[in-house]
Amino acid sequence: METIAVEYGLVLAGTLFALGLISVLVRRNVIFMLISVEIMLNAAGLAFIVAGARWGQADGQVMFIFIVTMAAAEVSVGLALILQIYHQLKTLDSDAADKMKG
Amino acid sequence: MQATFYIASAVAVLATIMVITRYNMIHALLYLVISFLAVAIVFFILGAPFIAALEVIIYAGAIVVLIIFVIMMLNLKEEAVEQERIWFSGNTWIGPGVLSVILLGELVYILVTSATPEVSHQVIDAKDVGRSLYGPYIIGVELCGLLLMSGIVGAYHLGRQKKKVVHRFLEKTE
Repeated sequence: METIAVEYGLVLAGTLFALGLISVLVRRNVIFMLISVEIMLNAAGLAFIVAGARWGQADGQVMFIFIVTMAAAEVSVGLALILQIYHQLKTLDSDAADKMKG
Repeated sequence: MQATFYIASAVAVLATIMVITRYNMIHALLYLVISFLAVAIVFFILGAPFIAALEVIIYAGAIVVLIIFVIMMLNLKEEAVEQERIWFSGNTWIGPGVLSVILLGELVYILVTSATPEVSHQVIDAKDVGRSLYGPYIIGVELCGLLLMSGIVGAYHLGRQKKKVVHRFLEKTE
């Protein structure tokens, strides 16, 4: 069985991370920014899995489970914030929420 | 085994490109599901079947469904797609895109020119992960429980619909 070199997995993780980074910088819709953050977190987890497969240890998978937990908590709080922003400002534009008023 | 890895990688990258170029949010989320499934196949090939199952259940299942339900609650109309098209058109993406691609090129160059160790064959199954999770990483599991509970409390507190009060002495509509 042929093996997979480590750098291909890391290049895939870096590519997905760069795509998510471009999207989070370019988009103005807050929901699209949240989706892009999810892409970036998934790419970071992929890098951990590749490193864990390189050393044959379970530590990379444990770190991925922690990343999934953090992503789930982040997306629930982020979506609650998006609902509040939409109810108060009636738009999903991230530039509309720059007034820092209560 | 190698061919499946490259095909799944290509599908993941193409689906992610489709995600970041869609105007309609639901279309972007469906492409995001494809991207997560392709990454799950990559995890399986790399010898992490438990994490592949977790990726399908939590990312492609729970998180995407949560975002879809919130989009349905917002009840966006066709104008939202048109607004997204107006925001996305123009040259705003050139600056961040070019700079990010330069950084990605540097990263690829560093990875390719350095030493190339290979992924070991052995499959790390759920038993090893669980033994490691509840052995040396038990403090991390407890901190994850704390994080999830604070996430639940924060989501409930932020998502609650507050009644409008004009002045607290003039009218009490609690």
